[in-house]
Amino acid sequence: MRIELQKRANTSMLFSLLSPLLALALTLIAGAIMFGLLGKSPLNSLYIYFVEPLLDVWSLHELAIKAAPLILIAVGLSVCFRSNNWNIGAEGQFTIGAITGSILPVLNPEWHSPLILPLMLVMGMIGGALYAGIPALLKTRFNTNEILTSLMLVYIAQLFLDWLVRGPWRDPQGYNFPQTKSFQPEAVLPEILDSGRAHLGIVFALIAAVALWFMMRFMLKGFQVSVLGQSERAGRFAGFSARRMVWFSMLLSGSLAGLAGISEVSGSIGHVQPVISPGYGFTAIIVAFLGRLNPLGIIASGFVLALTYLGGEAAQLSLGISDKVSRVFQGLILFFVLSCDTLIHYRIRLIVNPSAAQEGKS
Amino acid sequence: MFEAILLTVITASTPLVIAALGELVTERSGVLNLGVEGMMIMGAVAAFATAQLTGSAYLGILGGIIGGGIFSLLFGFLTLTLVANQVATGLALTILGLGLSGQLGEAFVGMPGVRLQPIVIPLLSDIPFFGRVLFSQDLIFYMSVALVFGISWFLFKSRAGLKMRAIGDSHGSAHALGINVVRTRYLAVLFGGACAGLAGAQLSLVYTPQWVENMTAGRGWIALALVVFASWRPLRVLAGGYLFGAVGIGQLHAQLLAQSGGIAIPSQLLSALPYVATIVVLIIISHNRRTTLINTPASLGKPFVPDR
Repeated sequence: MRIELQKRANTSMLFSLLSPLLALALTLIAGAIMFGLLGKSPLNSLYIYFVEPLLDVWSLHELAIKAAPLILIAVGLSVCFRSNNWNIGAEGQFTIGAITGSILPVLNPEWHSPLILPLMLVMGMIGGALYAGIPALLKTRFNTNEILTSLMLVYIAQLFLDWLVRGPWRDPQGYNFPQTKSFQPEAVLPEILDSGRAHLGIVFALIAAVALWFMMRFMLKGFQVSVLGQSERAGRFAGFSARRMVWFSMLLSGSLAGLAGISEVSGSIGHVQPVISPGYGFTAIIVAFLGRLNPLGIIASGFVLALTYLGGEAAQLSLGISDKVSRVFQGLILFFVLSCDTLIHYRIRLIVNPSAAQEGKS
Repeated sequence: MFEAILLTVITASTPLVIAALGELVTERSGVLNLGVEGMMIMGAVAAFATAQLTGSAYLGILGGIIGGGIFSLLFGFLTLTLVANQVATGLALTILGLGLSGQLGEAFVGMPGVRLQPIVIPLLSDIPFFGRVLFSQDLIFYMSVALVFGISWFLFKSRAGLKMRAIGDSHGSAHALGINVVRTRYLAVLFGGACAGLAGAQLSLVYTPQWVENMTAGRGWIALALVVFASWRPLRVLAGGYLFGAVGIGQLHAQLLAQSGGIAIPSQLLSALPYVATIVVLIIISHNRRTTLINTPASLGKPFVPDR
């Protein structure tokens, strides 16, 4: 038996919409099998993992808190990936954004001005953008591979954060815990509803997603992104600069990752500590692909991936399964979505008897 | 003292060399597999589990090779049969590998491991200095050296290697000549996965004989950088691997020295050195566009669908 691909004349609209759903269905099936192997009832486990977190107000707020950074980072990455720039160091840009955004409240804990929060957000965005500027500079100036440099910078950013909160930024009254003082109330991102913890971060994420959707759909810049991503040569003939696109996409995604970082620290943590992210920067890569690199699709996929984090916590509590299951789920989703995307461009034929097909050809 | 440092450098460099050699073969066939980190950690957990369950470190090595190899076939199926994007699929492999290994290895956390014992080669190991350093090592070290020369010979002296390089440089032409592009690439991906698995086995059986989550700590990515550094040549992988291993061990010793000497160098700064070194090396190697273009397999990362 052999699998053969046949190029479609046009990309299939049907499968463009269907492929993410198909991927999710396959993930659920694989998940059911996995829970079965772990000796749990598959259906009950899936219910606890994927449905129960949606049933009370508290966890809906948690869902919004986790979806916010995922969507913010992923919409930025979608522009990068579409333009064929592989920024996979968003986790590092998130970390640096959190650090530069926190400079004001950490160094001026007594500054009680309404100005502080907007300044923090802007500084977080600048920090993230500058950090993403390093791989952009290295790519445009020295031709280095941005995948490897942006990833190496993640490790460096995390070590830098670790040094800061154990060294110069450590709260002297903090009983030797490696963390800064809690931010003053003016430096905390406000909650959006009275019913729970969800903060403005999710609003930023939705605004960014809609804005980038508009750019990709209706503006020349969006067209440049697609053309240069599909064929740099074609883009050059149209007078678009690939070099400038590297800068644009990296700085854009870096600033959004930075905004996500400072929003997370200011909105849901309230101080700076050695670990501020459960891998949002990497999970956002999955979010971007599950949303088919479309900002509106990414809103939906951001919530799906946020659910895998919550489900992981729920499964740990009520099933006694380690929360590492959620990492497995996330990996599986990306695998299935990439496989299902093949259906958009190709028809898949199963050829049962390859030797007969060979003879027919010759 | 010097001998002891040299021995630790060799132990730290061997996994980098092996993983990079495997990726080199994969890339020479025109496939970019960014999942080295994921295959390596799967190899590490498979090797540890096998050694733990059978009590034999040698079966552990085999387990690591098989674990990494099987995992790489997942990548092969997606990118070669379903022509999915290679960069994205490689990332998926890494994410899945890190998650799955954490899940599988949960039962082994904190267990004392089975250490792979050195094989002392008679006579040769009696040579002063070099004998102890080079001929009283474990099997995986000997395998790494054999792989360097074996792959060199295969790529540049054998007919099959020539075909593989032809595929990597122009899969269209190779296909037109009647070479089976997809089959060769499957084998190259499998070989890369097996090597990454072997490198992972070295980590959990020799370097630190225990299971720790995320114990690869970015070594898979450094191996990827090594392939670029070596401009796709096996002997240079050997040199580069030892350079990176020395940087890693050097920073550890610097941390100890700083501690005992009371010098206030932040340990995080020294821990960041291998990653900084990787970036610096990439800049030095890549800045000349023309030589990079000549050395890189021309079909690297490009999808191939056989026409009928």
